Amino acid sequence: MRQRVRPFTGRQTGLPYAELVGEKMTVQKNTPLLQTQNLTKRFGSVQALSGVDFNLYPGEVHAVLGENGAGKSTLIKLITGVYRRDAGEILLEGKPIDPQSPHEAQALGISTVYQEINLVPTMSVAENIFLGRQPRRFGFIDMRAANARARALLKTYHLDIDVTRTLSTFSIAVQQIVAIARGVDMSAKILILDEPTASLDAQEVQMLFTVIRALKARGIGILLITHFLDQVYQISDRITVLRNGERVGEHLTAELPKMKLITLMLGRELLSETESSGAERAAVGDAGGAFLRTEGIARRGMLQPIDLSVARGEIVGLAGLLGSGRTETAQLIFGVARSDAGSVQVKGRKVAIGSPRQAVQHGFGMCPEDRKVEGIIADLSVRENIILAMQAKRGWLRALPARKQEEIAQQMIAALHIVTPDSSKPAGELSGGNQQKVILARWLASQPEFLILDEPTRGIDVGAHAEIIHIIKNLCAQGMALLVISSELAEVVDYSHRVVVLRDRQKLTELTGEDISEDNIMRAIAEQ
Amino acid sequence: MTDQRTSSTPAPPRPKSSILSSLGRLAAGNRRALFPLLALVLILLGNWLISPSFFSIRVVEGRMLGSIIDIFNRGAPTVLLAIGMTLVIATKGIDLSVGAVIAICGAVAAVLISTTDLSPYVVMLLSVGAGILCGLWNGILVAIFDIQPFIATLILMVVGRGIAQLITEGQIAVFNNPTLEFIGKGTLFGIPFAIILTAIVFVIVYLFIRRTALGLLIESVGANARASYYAGINARLITLMVYVISGICAAIAGLIITTDIKGADANNAGLWLELDAILAVVIGGTLLSGGRFYLALSVIGALIIQSIQTGIFVSGLPPTFNLIVQAVVILAILFLQSEEFRRPFVRAWNRMRKTA
Amino acid sequence: MRSHKLFLSALLVLVLAFTSVLFVAHAQDASGAGLTIGFAQVGSESAWRTAFSDAVKAEAEARGINLLFSDGQQKQENQIAALRSFIAQGVDGIILAPVVETGWDDVLQEAADNSIPVVVVDRNVTADESLFVTRVSSDFVHEGRLAAAWLVQATAGKCDIVELQGTVGSSAALDRQQGFNEVIALFTDMQIIASQSGDFTRTNGKEVMESFLNSIDPATICAVWAHNDDMLIGAIEAMKEAGIDPGQDILTISVDAIPDIFKAMMDGDANATVELSPNMGGPAFDAIVAAINGETLPRWIPVAGGIYFPDTAAEEYARRGGQ
Repeated sequence: MRQRVRPFTGRQTGLPYAELVGEKMTVQKNTPLLQTQNLTKRFGSVQALSGVDFNLYPGEVHAVLGENGAGKSTLIKLITGVYRRDAGEILLEGKPIDPQSPHEAQALGISTVYQEINLVPTMSVAENIFLGRQPRRFGFIDMRAANARARALLKTYHLDIDVTRTLSTFSIAVQQIVAIARGVDMSAKILILDEPTASLDAQEVQMLFTVIRALKARGIGILLITHFLDQVYQISDRITVLRNGERVGEHLTAELPKMKLITLMLGRELLSETESSGAERAAVGDAGGAFLRTEGIARRGMLQPIDLSVARGEIVGLAGLLGSGRTETAQLIFGVARSDAGSVQVKGRKVAIGSPRQAVQHGFGMCPEDRKVEGIIADLSVRENIILAMQAKRGWLRALPARKQEEIAQQMIAALHIVTPDSSKPAGELSGGNQQKVILARWLASQPEFLILDEPTRGIDVGAHAEIIHIIKNLCAQGMALLVISSELAEVVDYSHRVVVLRDRQKLTELTGEDISEDNIMRAIAEQ
Repeated sequence: MTDQRTSSTPAPPRPKSSILSSLGRLAAGNRRALFPLLALVLILLGNWLISPSFFSIRVVEGRMLGSIIDIFNRGAPTVLLAIGMTLVIATKGIDLSVGAVIAICGAVAAVLISTTDLSPYVVMLLSVGAGILCGLWNGILVAIFDIQPFIATLILMVVGRGIAQLITEGQIAVFNNPTLEFIGKGTLFGIPFAIILTAIVFVIVYLFIRRTALGLLIESVGANARASYYAGINARLITLMVYVISGICAAIAGLIITTDIKGADANNAGLWLELDAILAVVIGGTLLSGGRFYLALSVIGALIIQSIQTGIFVSGLPPTFNLIVQAVVILAILFLQSEEFRRPFVRAWNRMRKTA
Repeated sequence: MRSHKLFLSALLVLVLAFTSVLFVAHAQDASGAGLTIGFAQVGSESAWRTAFSDAVKAEAEARGINLLFSDGQQKQENQIAALRSFIAQGVDGIILAPVVETGWDDVLQEAADNSIPVVVVDRNVTADESLFVTRVSSDFVHEGRLAAAWLVQATAGKCDIVELQGTVGSSAALDRQQGFNEVIALFTDMQIIASQSGDFTRTNGKEVMESFLNSIDPATICAVWAHNDDMLIGAIEAMKEAGIDPGQDILTISVDAIPDIFKAMMDGDANATVELSPNMGGPAFDAIVAAINGETLPRWIPVAGGIYFPDTAAEEYARRGGQ
């Protein structure tokens, strides 16, 4: 697994592009479609982007990679006019541009599709596609024409759906493609995709990639931001790596080995996280007694009866495909949904948990799957986000003194390496990985005995990923009981003492000790 | 574009940068307060230009009199409503019923004091109790039955005046009781008691929400209700409490308005005052979409509205212009607060500075 | 049993119909005794309105008129429904106190088709004149004139007046202002030195008076003229708080004659009030009788209220149900 990598030196960044790529360059080398030169942006004391050069050629997929806070978001927000640059140039087909808003950028031919799709979920597909530019007839909106045109448009994306249906009734993948179709139809030379695959399953990802390839063939330049390295190698032609606001390299994908890429992104060697000793596993048994034991908890239409136990100092992994009932299990345990059968025991005593509030009182904590909606409170400061669960546990009457709040926040910021200028920054302005750490900090501050983590590493860059796994293991070592859900099997295998495998909202089997392996989990899922 | 890289000195050491950032935060906080305060000062200055005696205070029989006193005294009910409304709006709610609650609580006080032998202090408590009941009603509809706040409080807004009319039997219920009248007509150290009472309520509410964790939890629920639920916050209790606080504020406003004229006018007491309160909150910078709230700035907002009103009265302008002048001035304030509106001016200013 | 009841009620209806035909056939005596008249009232939103309803009921009882009273609860649709039911019951005449001015054409036409005379009282309607007999209402302009005339007398034609207007744009405010100004225009030393709307409410009356007292030297104010008693009662509070003796330092004149203003007069705080007469029942009944008898009537029958002073205040206060 390990690989020696030549230490990366900053001098390499100075090399001209052609030198780096050599003669093997396959994509067009003429004028770039989009070019940034020396792009620079500062937020207060944070240098978000410094002197970044970036080139996007027609008909290529150019992935921009980097850790959280590397400057990916800032780069696209400067290009699309969300932020004003402090210095540098943006050239579109060789001509300098200065978009003042995403709207202006769109008019220039730069379309952006964000992870949180910027469409109206309650309107029909056709209405969404033509929103603000509906075909008119005698001054009235001609919905029939709009529907027909929307249908024809989506056909070109091999999407044959009822365009009069409400957008939200379709899967995220379809919504994503609708958003792309809208953007490209409105005039796009350049399409920016920000984490398009974050909430798609494997099949949907391939569906999206088919669309991307078709757009590529039409000569559209695509700027892709993603955390999925496998997907980068599958779809992109070129990679620009950013770190701490600087460009550390631009490479043809075909010529950049994965390990080298990771080293570029991190600026250091990857921690070895995929090895775990069997001895460590053996150490945990039933000695401590189960902290939590569920017997047949279930809810109609949500989850079949499930038995589960988690001991102190134990990590139980929940594995299964998307929709197998992993999140539903977590929700029933945490009281987000009420179970209509079975019972729950905490430390051997039967308890009734009907809401997260009650769960918290029993010493539970839960980092939910949907960080933006269920986790972070974007308007509140990092400090307030961190002390929130602790405060909720104490009740509204016993406020934490400001000094104590700051103390806890600083402790957590230091312990979890949360990157923020200070604790009063609104949490919504942090990068995804740091937001996840803030939510983790929120629960750690409440000193839980049992922590549920639902996809704690999703949508997080490599560095933060490794750190979070490190934290999980540490917490376990300190005697916490943990239930962890993850789509990444390697990760589950790595840290779990036991793995509960789910399929179709039902528990299939439980793997322990040496039986825990990716093969065995997949075999369990695949078994008839 | 402001040039933020002017300091070519070497990178400041760590503690200094934290001082700088906290200074930055202070400036950002002040900037929020800047525009409402600026608007208030401008309007008061305008009033002073119209009526040179605007700031003069006379003392007659131990009572301070003057236009500036009027602003605080007449603005007291709106200030009280704005305090409660700020908290409700911070939870992403709205309370349209406060005007009607004023009528109900005023009616309760007037009818009880004139038809029973209850002590005036008991009457005050019962009147505030009526406000609590109204708040509970709104809160239960919103928090327990999940009815949209707009609709839930609209019910009491419509029915409330009817209830008040039932209590007063359609008449203006008049009474004579010096103790009760002290709320609206009395003075303490020459200052109208309504002003002092409002200041006390403000301090109590402020301490109540900032010394407890209520303020934080209100902001949390308003900014992201779902995430707050996951964090174990009892959002229902919080929501219930803000509507009850709003009800109490409206009840006290009702007592002031009713005792001021020694009569409960079910038809007119607090009429449309809910809209003034909402406007005051908006001028103060609290967003209708919930989250962060600014109690003191809402009070400034309410005083701005009253200053415009009092200014129009002293101006001698024909009353036909009242509403137009109000609308124009308020529009100007909202423009002043709009970053989008200011941007071209700020840019022009920066360009001038750069060329200079 | 049931057929008996049916038979009896059928008989009753026949007898009633017959007698009413008899009444219609014969010329009415002036009092209107025995007539059935429907009265569609706005509602009971104010003390004055209640007094108005009571006065009509008392008048009907005194005259031996069978009055069908309908409270419209301030809704036009209720009033229209009431009118339709009056028509269906075949009343001899209808008194309509409309909540709004427009939208009455259809239902008035139905009444006309059934030859039922309609008299509009209090507020006006904008319908074809042929659809109703006449309008009986207070004369707001006259009230303004009366108020001004008293003030001229009381001050020997020399007075600086502050005015508390009613709700901007309301006919009561416009007409009272017009009548008052017509009269004082005749006297060079009478003038309005400040004027602002107090929306007909006590709270606003007090607030506006306060601002007057702050922006004008109170010693220069000779009188306050309020378009209704409620605003004046508020203004009295403001004057007292400013150490001014209302009724003495500053004279007061207002309109409506509600019980509370008589209380103020008893306390020496108010000088005079012009009555907004709620006694529109008599003239309305007279109009209906005249219409049945085929007489032509003027388009508008004004009802004049008197002016009241402190000397009769105690008496009036008791008579008008003040506690």
